[in-house]
Amino acid sequence: MDMDNEDFKVPIKEKKKAYEVDFTSLSQTAIEKMMDSELEHIAGIFGVDRDTAALLLRHLQWNKERLIEKYMDNASSVSIDAGISSPSTSTSSPTIPSAPGPSRRTTSRSSTKVLGPSPSTSKQRRTPPPAKKYTPSATSFTCHICFDDSPSLKTRALGCEHTFCLGCWVDYLGSRIRDEQELVIPCMAESCALRAPDSFVRAILVPDAGSPEAKSMTPEEKAAGQKLWERFGELGVRDFVGANKALKYCPYPACTNTVSCPSASTKASLTRIVPIVTCGARGIPQTSQSPSSSSSSPALNPYAAGGGSSDNTTLDTAASKEHVYCFGCPVESDHRPVVCGVARMWLKKCADDSETANWIKSNTKECPICQSTIEKNGGCNHMTCKKCKHEFCWVCMGPWTEHGTQWYSCNRYEEKAGIDARDQQSQSRASLERYLHYYNRWANHEQSSKLSLDLYAKTEKKMESLQSSSALTWIEVQFMRKAVDQAVRCRRTLQWTYAMGYFLENDNMKELFEANQRDLERSVEELSELLEGPVPVDKEGIGVLRQKVTDKTVYVQMRNEVMLEDTANGLVEGRWKWNAPVEGFSYEEDGDVDVLP
Amino acid sequence: MAAISTRRLGKELKEIHSEGCPVGVTLVSADNFECWYFTIQVMGESEYEGEAFMLKFRFEPTYPIASPAVQFVVGNGQEAPVHPHVYSNGHICASILGNEWSPVLGVISICVTLQSMLASCKKKERPTDNERYVKHAPENPKKTRFEYHDDDV
Repeated sequence: MDMDNEDFKVPIKEKKKAYEVDFTSLSQTAIEKMMDSELEHIAGIFGVDRDTAALLLRHLQWNKERLIEKYMDNASSVSIDAGISSPSTSTSSPTIPSAPGPSRRTTSRSSTKVLGPSPSTSKQRRTPPPAKKYTPSATSFTCHICFDDSPSLKTRALGCEHTFCLGCWVDYLGSRIRDEQELVIPCMAESCALRAPDSFVRAILVPDAGSPEAKSMTPEEKAAGQKLWERFGELGVRDFVGANKALKYCPYPACTNTVSCPSASTKASLTRIVPIVTCGARGIPQTSQSPSSSSSSPALNPYAAGGGSSDNTTLDTAASKEHVYCFGCPVESDHRPVVCGVARMWLKKCADDSETANWIKSNTKECPICQSTIEKNGGCNHMTCKKCKHEFCWVCMGPWTEHGTQWYSCNRYEEKAGIDARDQQSQSRASLERYLHYYNRWANHEQSSKLSLDLYAKTEKKMESLQSSSALTWIEVQFMRKAVDQAVRCRRTLQWTYAMGYFLENDNMKELFEANQRDLERSVEELSELLEGPVPVDKEGIGVLRQKVTDKTVYVQMRNEVMLEDTANGLVEGRWKWNAPVEGFSYEEDGDVDVLP
Repeated sequence: MAAISTRRLGKELKEIHSEGCPVGVTLVSADNFECWYFTIQVMGESEYEGEAFMLKFRFEPTYPIASPAVQFVVGNGQEAPVHPHVYSNGHICASILGNEWSPVLGVISICVTLQSMLASCKKKERPTDNERYVKHAPENPKKTRFEYHDDDV
């Protein structure tokens, strides 16, 4: 894909943080422009119209190189595959490469008027239609779908000349575009592979004002047609974005923006960077003074723009206004500092039933003979398996017969069978405890982040009371907002550090990582405490509080920076060792992964 | 304006009455424009000689833009044919009823297609995933996303 387009130029920032990636947000209009230039390019090379170029490019997933190669090799076969010409007509016309444009004929019996400029191929021969059945005869036409045969019927056909009435086409387009979300619209005739080009769709859904078709449409029909045409355009953009690895559509509902992030377009790059991006759309721009992105101006990442100093960070309501998402994986939030592969493993682990299984393992034992799972809920240690009637000792797992006497005295503690069984159990116990350690902390920070909404409301109140009880101005009480904002952001970082910690190999690097984590966590908790605490009533107290909160906010931010910077650098250096295989990382050649430039 | 299906089905019915059905296809009932019944028989030598099967057609108001829901009737003395593309609950795995449906096709052309599907069958057996499918199948076969198995059976 051609990346020299102006829209791809990434604004050069003075100092990019190690944990940030370069990206550009693009509106649907900008993407359409990029699509247009691709279409122009292909149309120019092949000497075809844009409709044809669009069908060709979509057919080959916008892979221009492959298209050019294939087209030069055998233009007519590509044209047939892309639904531009039907096999029968292409064999009868050897001049296909120069004019494979789909003909669009308007066969209106009452007033024959050709809509719009027909494609440059004006010397279309009236080839005998492949299927006579559907062709309107000179005397009468019956639409073979609805069987309408009124003389005023307007009809349409693709290049294959399978003619149907306009009403049926409208219904059909609606069903394809609205119900099936399909960009590809094949001819309605049975096993006809011709596809409707964009101009054909457009002329039916949104006929030019002033045309007889437009005049005969009711306002409702016009609105419905307009809506379908817009949806069709969106599907086109999605198709284009989906085919381009350096682009990703914003996953937020009803958002039509796209982010371009070429540095994260390969699988391998995702082991070294965490491409968190924002699409540039701002839902409710409450207090933010940074401009929301308009059609062509790429909006900067708020972290990139103002992350350096706490004074100009805008209030970030935990991603409720900014569409923050990961370019590399389906996680719809900021999962820094952990890489996509590990984030996915963690979320899967949390969602899995595997932990239920782990609980069963930790709290039950298996009958040594028939392996039935047994939970001991009371009674003595002389167990009799309900299923196979095997008698064994709950403590040592050995057969009861070897315990000899009638009363319980387990002196067989060192028997091998018993040791193995106990080992297994204590291992899964330890593993469950380990998981819960990380999970509880993860969940706790997530919960705290969610409670941030309450905290915002409380802070709002506090700021009001600060304003009324002191001589401080509105601007001066903003320190509370900034502090809350910062705390929320840091909790998100902390949350994901627990996912990372769970999968980190126990080594010196992990100890350093945990030291950073500890520092950040402690300072965040201290800040939270300050924020939740009572507001002093006297002016002096407020001054002290203000100083404390501001200092703490700056410190917390610094700790967060350190945490993110260090993990990001570690990724680039390949410093982190995972205790489980992570997608994208190689394991065989440990030496190779260790040192990366 | 009446639903597009009404006019179209009216026309199809008129044609059936005036021209009759193809050999081996019989109209059982077409009392409304929502649900029709036909029986089909395979003519000549085949695995299904002497057998007759009942087909149920259900139409949406958007027919023929939307394909009809077609299945063999099971119960009341009727059985679904034993065929690698027909499940024991009567659901049919045929691409023509799904993604290869074209609005120019109609009730009679479906009957003829299914007739030839049965006629070309070499070995009477159920689809391999019959039990699993029947257990979880939705009532309306159109709600199923079939994977179309080989087309040459």
